[in-house]
Parts: sequence; structure tokens; C-alpha cells
Amino acid sequence: MSSAKPTGAAAGAPVIGPGHSLASVTDQISKIVLSRQTPTGWFIGLGVAMLGVGVLITAVGWLLWWGLGVWGINQPVGWGFAIINFVWWIGIGHAGTLISAILLLLKQEWRTSINRFAEAMTLFAVMCAGVFPLLHVGRPWLAYWLLPYPNTMGMWPQFRSPLLWDVFAVSTYATVSALFWYVGLIPDLATLRDRAKSLVWKRIYGALALGWRGAARHWERYETAYGLLAGLATPLVVSVHTVVSFDFAVSVIPGWHATIMPPYFVAGAIFSGFAMVLTLAIPIRRIFKLEDFITMKHLDNMAKVILATGMIVCYGYAMEAFFAWYSGSPYERYMIMNRMLGPYGWSYWALITCNLLVPQLLWSSAVRRNIAALFAIAIVVNVGMWLERFVIVVTSLHRDYLPSSWGMYYPTVWDWALYLGTIGLFFFLLFLFIRFLPMISIFEMRTLVPATGEELPKKGLHIAASGGSSGEARRP
Amino acid sequence: MSHTTPSAANDAPRTGPWRSLEERAARVAGSEFEHSHAHEHEHDQHAAPRPSNALLSSVEVARRDFLRLMGSSLAAAGAAACTRQPDERIHAYGASPEALIPGKPLYFATAMPWASGALGLLVESHMGRPTKVEGNPDHPASLGATDAFAQASVLELYDPTRAQLVRRNGAISTWSAFLDEFSALLEAQRASGGAGLHILTPTVVSPTLHAQLVALLKAYPSAVWTQWSAHNRDRARAGALAALGGDVAVHPDLSRTKVVLSLDDDFLAGPGGVRNMRAFAAARRARRDTQSMLRLYCVESSVSITGAAADHRLPARPSVLAAVAARIAAKVGVATNALPLAPEHERWADAVAADLLAHRGECAVLVGLEQSPEIHALAHAVNHALGAVGQTLRYTEPVECASVDQGAELRALVGELQGGRVELLVVLEGNPVYDAPADLGLREAFTKARVRVALSLFDNETTQLSNWHVPATHFLESWSDARAFDGTISIVQPLIAPLYGGKSAHELVAVMAGAPNAKAYELVRAHWQAQHEDDDFESAWKRSLHDGLLAGKRFFARSVAMANAAPKLSTPAAEGLEWVLRTDDSAYDGRFAANAWLQECPRPLTKLTWDNAVLIGVATAERAGLSSGDVVALTIDGSRLEAPVWVTPGHAEDCLTLPLGYGRTTAGPIGTGVGFDAYVFTRRSGAWSGVGAKLERLERKHEFAPAQEHHDMERRDLVRTLPLGALDSAKVHPALAHGETSLYPPHAYNGVAFGMVIDLNSCIGCNACVIACQSENSIPVVGKEEVINGREMHWLRIDRYYEGDPSDPRVLLQPVPCMHCEAAPCEVVCPVGATTHSPEGLNEMTYNRCVGTRYCSNNCPYKVRRFNFLAYADLETESLKLQRNPDVTVRTRGVMEKCTYCVQRIQEKRIGARREGREVGGDEIVTACQQVCPAQAITFGDINNPQSAVSKLRSEPHHYGLLEELNTKPRTTYLAKASAPNPQLAEGKGEAK
Repeated sequence: MSSAKPTGAAAGAPVIGPGHSLASVTDQISKIVLSRQTPTGWFIGLGVAMLGVGVLITAVGWLLWWGLGVWGINQPVGWGFAIINFVWWIGIGHAGTLISAILLLLKQEWRTSINRFAEAMTLFAVMCAGVFPLLHVGRPWLAYWLLPYPNTMGMWPQFRSPLLWDVFAVSTYATVSALFWYVGLIPDLATLRDRAKSLVWKRIYGALALGWRGAARHWERYETAYGLLAGLATPLVVSVHTVVSFDFAVSVIPGWHATIMPPYFVAGAIFSGFAMVLTLAIPIRRIFKLEDFITMKHLDNMAKVILATGMIVCYGYAMEAFFAWYSGSPYERYMIMNRMLGPYGWSYWALITCNLLVPQLLWSSAVRRNIAALFAIAIVVNVGMWLERFVIVVTSLHRDYLPSSWGMYYPTVWDWALYLGTIGLFFFLLFLFIRFLPMISIFEMRTLVPATGEELPKKGLHIAASGGSSGEARRP
Repeated sequence: MSHTTPSAANDAPRTGPWRSLEERAARVAGSEFEHSHAHEHEHDQHAAPRPSNALLSSVEVARRDFLRLMGSSLAAAGAAACTRQPDERIHAYGASPEALIPGKPLYFATAMPWASGALGLLVESHMGRPTKVEGNPDHPASLGATDAFAQASVLELYDPTRAQLVRRNGAISTWSAFLDEFSALLEAQRASGGAGLHILTPTVVSPTLHAQLVALLKAYPSAVWTQWSAHNRDRARAGALAALGGDVAVHPDLSRTKVVLSLDDDFLAGPGGVRNMRAFAAARRARRDTQSMLRLYCVESSVSITGAAADHRLPARPSVLAAVAARIAAKVGVATNALPLAPEHERWADAVAADLLAHRGECAVLVGLEQSPEIHALAHAVNHALGAVGQTLRYTEPVECASVDQGAELRALVGELQGGRVELLVVLEGNPVYDAPADLGLREAFTKARVRVALSLFDNETTQLSNWHVPATHFLESWSDARAFDGTISIVQPLIAPLYGGKSAHELVAVMAGAPNAKAYELVRAHWQAQHEDDDFESAWKRSLHDGLLAGKRFFARSVAMANAAPKLSTPAAEGLEWVLRTDDSAYDGRFAANAWLQECPRPLTKLTWDNAVLIGVATAERAGLSSGDVVALTIDGSRLEAPVWVTPGHAEDCLTLPLGYGRTTAGPIGTGVGFDAYVFTRRSGAWSGVGAKLERLERKHEFAPAQEHHDMERRDLVRTLPLGALDSAKVHPALAHGETSLYPPHAYNGVAFGMVIDLNSCIGCNACVIACQSENSIPVVGKEEVINGREMHWLRIDRYYEGDPSDPRVLLQPVPCMHCEAAPCEVVCPVGATTHSPEGLNEMTYNRCVGTRYCSNNCPYKVRRFNFLAYADLETESLKLQRNPDVTVRTRGVMEKCTYCVQRIQEKRIGARREGREVGGDEIVTACQQVCPAQAITFGDINNPQSAVSKLRSEPHHYGLLEELNTKPRTTYLAKASAPNPQLAEGKGEAK
């Protein structure tokens, strides 16, 4: 890609382009938000995304009016697109949390430029995911019965059900992600407040900045809180998709009932999440000329994560097949044969192609440096992970124990409409985000500026969770 | 009881213009008086909504009443100006009918008339509305069970598309207008002795109606009464006449029979099959120490549940079937001509003949009604030769009151019609325009009758061409009587006043006989009073109403000898594709095409719903390049039809089955346009089979709605079969060989613990349980599209698997209700606790709590749960509300449902037991599927009670649980299917059949 600075080997590349000062970092990131000139492309993008939201609203309205029968689900395939999409979106969200929390704790400073929008992506993905479990129940107006609240019926939810664990896991995840994202935004909101020209925006950013003045005590509190939230979010990266996988692993259905499910789901989540971050980061850095902040180093690292988690996922596929054979259970054996050679065999082989074969290209550093190839691979992985959930949900259910009850599942136009609608919602929120909030953490980026002696921030070093004072981490 | 009558006539005076308060008051008063008048009128009519015909002008209001009403009405008028109260009235039972306890059902004996004889019923009535049909245990045709048709008859009663008005040329008319014109027409006939009067009925099995018709024909000596039922006994009758010199009916006594050969006789299906199924299952019951059981051989061209139940089934097209019959006849010593036969068929026939000969006097040969008279005659000879007559077979007079050649009668009628000699044609039920032989041209000739009067329950093809359509009464709402197969007389008692003011055939014939006001009740009663010999008719009458049958009216067995030598069978025509016509398992002859329960009931072997199909054998289809759903142009004897084929394992090769009863053009929203009309191939000769069918594949597909799409057990241990005598070799699943494996101590079920055992050796797959469950539990119908979507709602399904060679597979049937697992996978995954376990071991579904995640259904290994994906339950149609079981909740959209072991029946018995201070008895509770099962394959009760039938069955050696290796501990369990093949044939086959 021509706009990429010649950075040499990606592995050794810096995580910020050369020649940046603290002021230029602040300027370049905040001007995207504060510019009066909204790019026409943004309006076009938002308009398309809003069309998607319109499709979403129509699909939801149609669904609520007629009932679940407008979807393709049936006996025996009681779950279809809704659960597939739910798991897919939740998985996508995982990369954001991993980047912001775990990589923070591991002092991976290259994460800094991508953590903000990765977290935003998490939040929006969780919002899209949340649409599905709510709507996929037969009587959504009673979905609040899944919450443990004191009531005159004296009824509690049934705590043995993994669906209930899902409610807790996903709601915790959504809450922590939102808090983490927002707390991380506060210093930047203050920057925007200070730089905004319009009084309205000054007020809005001022209110959101919660009176941030950059005082030492503020920074101290901030770093404590951020560190704590990172600590809270870290187990969630592992636990949420583990709990989601319990929906399947706890059941008796061949293809679902497997101990491999939790690690396999977590790896899959990170795999798909990083693919989505790449999918978003590549166009954004190009459009907003952020190549200096999201450098080849970032892309290279993310590609490696994709490669690594992809290998774990493929290990999962291999183990699924192995244990189906090793179990000696005719049902398990039939399940894996049916997955590979049955009527939905195409989806299994497409999945293997997308998740096993194509990511192997990432072994080559030339591919990792080729932005177009990376983007294409990221898209392929996104599709592959969606197919994985399709394979797990549909091929396991459609032929289980009694051949008399076997059937087929065909999604309807309303299944697709709701799926596309949530993609529309995701991009709608994302477009709003990149226009109104700094998509890269300004104050954290400033810490990456090589010390030139020109200007040193008094505070604002933010590696607090490591426990020490923040001074030394800044210096390379 | 209360209901609203928003009658326009009542509202008008209140809302119309008025000139003074007095006038307004008078109007209001008048309408109130009319209300109270209507009230009285309705009270004795069981609250059937009827338009008010009292006119204001005719109301005489007493002075005091007038003042009182005026005062109150003025006050009411003032109040009404503020809030308009709905017009509601409450009817209380001033004097409660005897024995009626609100909330408790009553049962009345009645009978469902069929051409082949009535089926005795007990009908459950809730506060005056029949909701559920059961068999009458005292009735010889029922023995307490029914078929699927009887179960579905209650839906027919409440069908909102029933004819509700007298119509003249399609326009609404009245009964009195009809009477005026009809009487005038009859008066005109009187002079000629009824020379232009023709009456067309289905086969009459009602002695009263027969007597009425005979009397009518005396009054109109030149009038003609014609009987026509499509599935008639003409061929059996001709065969009996040829062989025995008289028309007799043949009744097998399966309890005394060791070997049965069925020549395409589907004797286990349909209304006549109920008693046969009971006897058949009893003769084949396999228990720990059973040594032998009845052996059934079946030669058939199509596929049937009788064939599926046979130990040895030979698929044979009609010409082969005749040759096999001839070969067997010759082998047992009947002199007949030999027909060419393939060696493997010869071997089969010889083995069967040897087995028959080895069981002389203990065997029987049965022939289907569809077979030619020659085969019937030949079978009479064979049965005589085998000493079956008088031993295993009983000859009696036929069930119809007048045994006639119906085909000949109908041909004569059509001749009269074509000659323009029919002035007045009265069609008393039936649908001859639809089901008469196609080449007779009845449809064209029908309108040549000057006036056509049709009495019919529904608008149909015949009423469409009639001048007058008088709505008929359903058998559950009118008085009648009917003979059973063995001559037993049942009184058909109404359970409810006619919903739409229909008339019965008795009443219409009475009109013709000059008694327009005669009531069916009086006619039936008078008929039997006249025949009653001793004085106390009243108590005998009451007793017969109570019991559902008249004492001492059975036919005597006739001893009939062979009058003629066995016939020579005609050599089959040139090679070609042969075809057979069959009545349908759901639509029968077309009569039930509009019945949604039956339409959606999977056909026993094809598992198709909402369709008929040209059934074709596997090899034949392959040769013709056909697969299921391909539409073909079928040409037989110049008649052409486009119809889809269904490749049917086990169907005879080079042969097609054409199920009748579909392709109706006037059958309401349910039945119209469903399937194709195979009646186009019926001929005046009355043949139900023939040769020379031509198939031409069209490049078109038809979408079928099969309820089961996979037919192979995939070598899974689902339906177990064991050789009789080695039942204790029932294999224990290796996973369970070491006993139960669980980390938790077993849950103790103290007290009553409910369980069900289904005997797969008894189940014949007749579908009666499926419809009984639907009727008992108010299960909605979802329609063809939703069946294709895989969303049928039946709580109880019958799984059908094929095993072995696709051209002649073994058919395995397995009814699957909820297993009520003790370790139920569905319960742990429900996030809201909507499905839970009762202390008695019921897996209970709390509809109110269900939010509809469908996780329970996903996690059910048996896939017995059913989800309301859409609002399937019809909450709007008034008449359908009457049918619903008031003890069962109607489920709404978004709610999961499934078999409850008829928890409402459990509760009823439990309440009764508690009142008496005792535990529920081990066998006291009877589920709907169990009660209806003609084969007594289902047993339900307390598995903790060692004396109960169900616990005894659970200790049988061949008892097993479906998928029990999953540790679900199912409460519904099975007895393996036993097999006792003829060793001679089994060896040849290479595997035990």
C-alpha cells in the first residue's frame, strides 16, 4: 500500500510513525472529531448504515408481529441464525477486551493505538449480540423472567440452565466493557472539551469529561480505576465465551456435548475479534490518514494473533473429529461424518477453508505486510467464524438421535434481514463513534512519542496496573 | 352460561329516530320483552343462537308490564346514554339436568355409521357439548377403541365450513320455502306413482331409514331407490353369489386362527379394522413364556398397515397376486387353472400353502373388497377346502339393509337421467357427483334431472349441481340407528342440538312420506317400539340408549356350502404397468378430505400429509427415472391426469397405487384442491385395478409435506426385534451393562410413579392415537406449509423405519410420546423453570411460565417437544372453541408444549381417589392414546405398584427404554417387537424376517 511509510521489517517497526510530537499527536487525532467539515464519505457511510438500521427495525417489527415462525427454525433445529449471530457478535467483541485489558496488563504498548476503537467495537458488538437472545425467545415481552428479581410469584430463574449463565455473563461483560471504555475516554474527553470551538460541544464534552482537569490526583485515581477495570475485564475475556460455549457443551446433543468447547470458543472469539479489528482498522487508518499511529507493526502483530488463535481453533476441529471417533459413540461418529459429508457438508469445508487453510498465508511476512491481503484474510476469517457457529448450531441439531426427527434448516429472508440489520446497527454506531469521539486514545498515544525533550507531560503515563510508578515504562 | 346476541333487530329500535320519549320507551320496552321471550324459547333449545323472529307489532304487552317496563326503561335509557352496556343475558339452569355436575363430563353412547357397519362410541360431553369420542367397550365393532376417523368426527361436527343454510340454486332460502316447493313436486309425482322420483343414498345400514324408504316406495311404487358408496361390496357380493349362491359377509375370528393369508385385504385398517386389530394383537401378544403367535401372510399390490404387520409380505401387482392366489388354491386342493408365475413367487406360494395346510381348520384366507369377484369366489373355495368355514370364519348376512349391486343400480339411474326421465332426484347424503365411476357420466347426466335436492353436511360437488341444498345433521347431533358388522343395532343418540338447524335423512324421507314435522327421535323410537315384543318398551329403550346397543339383535352365523366350483381366473392381459385404486388412510373415499386433523395426520406408511400421491415401487421408479415429487402425466384407458409420484419402498413393482378421495373441487378451504382426483380412472365395470397405465414424466416438481424425511434407523438401537421364544435375549446396551452410572444417589420416588409401556409387537400404526391425542389435548393444526417447515404439532407421533431391501423392506413402527425421563435433559436447560418434574415422575410443562427459548426442545434426544412458532391455535372461530377440552389449556404463540401423559385425566382420577381417601389405583388412569388404541399396545399406570399392568410389562424380558444409554431414565418404555417367521421362507430370504 502506497501510503504506508517504508518501515522496513514490520516486526521491528515502531508503533508510531516518526516525526511526531506530543502536539501533533493530539492535533491529528482530535481534529477528526473537532473538524467542522464532516467528510461527505462519512454521510454516505452513515446513510448506508442507517438503511441497515431500517432493515433491523423492520425485521424486528415483523418478528414481533407474527412470531418466531417468520424465521427458518423448526423441529428439530430450534436454534438458527439468532444463536449463530449472537455467538458470532459476542466473539467479535472479545478482541476489544483482550486488547485493552490483557495486553495492557502484559505491557504490550503497541496496543495503544488500537485499543480505543477495539473497545468501541466490543461495545457495539455486544449491543448487536444482545438483540438476538432477547428476540429469539417465543415471548420476548417476558424475557425479563430470566433475571433474578424478587416477585410476587415467588419464582426464581432456574440456575442450572446455561442460558441463565449467559444472561449474567453477557450483562456483566456489557457493563464492564462500557465502563472500561468510558473511563478510558475521560482524559480525552477533557482534551476535546478544551479544544472544542463550539460552546455546545464544549458543554457536551465537558459534561462527559466529569470535570477532568488532569490533576495529579485525577491521574492517580484514573490509573487505579483503569487498572482495576482491566483486572475485572481480563477474566471476562475467558469467561464470557466459556459460558456461551456451555449453552452447547452442557447439552446432550452430539456435536455440542464436548469438553473442548470452552477453550475452543475462547480461541475462536479472539480469532474472529482480531479479524474484525483488522477489518475495521485497515480502512480507517487509510481514510483518516492514521498510518502513523496504526502502523505496520500493529497489523503485523494482529496477524500473528490471528494465526496463533486460528491454530488453536483448528486444533479444536481436529479434536472434535478425533473424539467423535475415539468416543465409540455411534451418534458422535455419525455427527462428524454428517458434518463433513452430509447435506451441510459445504459449510464444513467452507469453514475449514476459511479458518484453517487461508490463515496459513499469515506465516509469510510478505503477506503480513500486504495490507490488501491482510484485509481479505480478515474478511475470510470473519466469514469462517460465522460458518463455524452455523456448523455447530445447525449440523448438530438437524440430525441428532432419532432419524425419524431429522430435518433441514433453511434461513428465511427475515433471518437474513435481522442479521444484516445488526451489521447495519454496528456500523451506524461505529460511524457515530469515529465522528464524535477520538477513535485513538490521545493521551496514551502521547506516551509513545519518543522523548525529545521538547515537551514532557508531567503526568499521563499510564501503565498503572503494573503497580509501579509510571515513569519507567515511557522510556523505551 | 351466557352469551351476547348483537342482533340487529334488537338494536334497531334503540338507535333509530324517535319522536317522543314515550315512543322511545315503548321501543325499548318492546325489545326487552322480546329478549325475555327469546330467553324462554332458547332455554329449551340448549342455547343454540337463533335469529329472533318475534315482531314488535305482534307482542302483546300487559298494562302493568308496560308501565313497569316503561319506568325502568326510561331510567335505563338515561343510563345507556352514558355507557352503553353490552347486550348480555345469563341463563341459569332453573332445574339442572339430571346427573349434570358443572365441570364433570358426561358420557353418552352413540354410534358412527359406516357402509361397513356402525362403530359404537361413547362420547364425552362437557356441559352439553361433545368434545371427545371414545369407543364403546360393549359394542362388538369397537370393544372400547376407535379408529382415527371416529376420533376426527368431532372436528367434522364443529367444522365452521359446514352447510348452515338451506340454499336454492346457491342462494339463501328457508326450510319452509323448501317444504313448499318440495311438497308441490312430490304432489306432482303422486299421480304417476313416483315414476319420475329417484332417491340416491349411500349404503343404508340404518334399519329405520330402510323401513322408511321401503314404506315410501310403497306410496310411490314407481319411484326408484338407488344406493351408491364408492368403496362398496359389489365385488365381494358378486364373488359370494358366484361361489355360494347368496350374498354373505365373511367375518374372521382371529382368536381361533393360527395362520392368516390376506389377499390384499387391509383388514386391520379403517372402521372395520378396529375389532380385527384387537383380535390380531391379542393373537400375537408376545410375553415371557409365549410359545407361538398368529402368523400373517400378506400379498398386496399397494402398501398397507396390514402388510406392514405381516410376518411375510409379498409385494405383487394384481396379475401376480391372482396367480399367487391360484397357485395357493391349487396347492390346497381347489381345482382351478394355473397362471404363469415367477419361481420365487411359486416358492412363496408353496410355503404359504403348506403352512395353511398344516393349520387346517385354524387358518383363514381373507380377500380385500377391491379384489375381483373371481378372487373372492376362489377364496371361498379355499376357505372351504381348508376347513376354515365355521371354525375361523363366520358367514353372516351382509350388514347393509338391502344388499344390491350398487354399480348396476347407479348405471340404471344414470340411464334414467340421460333419458330425461328423472323429474325429482333426492340425494340423501353422499357425494355421487364426485365419487361415481368417471365413465358413467353422472356429472353431466345429473343436471338432466328436472329438480335435484341434496341433503348434505357440507357444500360439495353434488350440492353444487343441485337445485336445493338442505344442510344435514351430523351423526353427533341427530337421532338414528345403525347396524354393526355383526348385525348389532346401535341407537345413534345426538350429543347436541343441531348446530345449524340441519335435517337428518330420516326427517327428509318423512317429509316425502307426508310427515313434514316428524322428528328423527320419534321415527327411530317408533320403529323399534313397533318391533318390540314384550310390554316394557320404555325400559328396554332406555337401556339400549344407555348401553349403546339393542340386546339380542346379532346376525346368526349362516352355514353356507359351496354352490359352484371354483372359478377359472382369467389370464392377465398383456404386459404393462398395472394400477390399483385405494381408499385413503386420511380422506377415505373423499368424505374426510375437508377434515384438517386427518389431512395433517401423517399417512401410516408414506408419512405424507396434506396430499395424495401416485405410489410407485423403488425399481419401477428408477427405471422410469422418477423420484419422489416428480409430476407425471398418467394415462389409463383414455383418461389422463397429472399427478406427483411418491417412491414407496415395498410397493409392488410395475404397479401404481392411486389413492382416492382427493382433488376435491368443492370441499371448503381445507379440502379443495388438495391432491389429485383418482376417480377419473374409475369405470362402470367397478374394477379397482387394471393394466395399461402409461407414465410420462413432466419436467415439474410437486412439493410434498412428509412428516418424516429420514427412513433408515442408521443401525441404531431404536426399534428392537427379537425372535419369539428368545425374548430374554434382549440385549442390554453396553453403556448400561454395569448398571446405572451416576455420581448422584438415585432419586427416590415414593408413592405413585407414572409410567407407560408401548408394545411394539402390538402397534400396527393405525394413527388412532395420534388423532385421539390431538382431540384430547386441543392440539392445533398447522397446515401444509408449516409441515414442510418442520413444525407439525402432534404430541404423539409414530416413527416409521424401513429395514432391508428397499423393494421389500421390513417396516418398523414406533409410537413416540414424551418419555417423561427421570433425568430429563429438557428440565436442566430451561432458564425459567417452565418444565419441571413432579413427585410422581411427570415431566410437566408450565405454559404460563414458558418464555420460549426452545432450549428444552434442542436438548430433547427424542425430539418430542413442540413449539408454537406462530399463533397456531385458532382463538377466533366460535364453533371450534366448543370442541376444545375444557380441562386443557390452549397454548399461545411462543410457548413450548408436549405430551403430558394426559395430566388432566390423572388429576381427575386423583381427585376422585383423594375424595375416597385412597391412593390412585395402579391401572386406574387411562391416557387418551391408551384408551383409543385398538391393539391395546399402550399401557399406563403406576410403576411402583407391583400389581399394575405397567409394572408387569416392565419386568418382561424384552422390555427396554429408547436411548436409555443416555441415562435419561425414560418412563415411557417399549416392549421389543417379536418375530416368528416361517422357517421355510425365512431361510430363503437369508435373514429372519
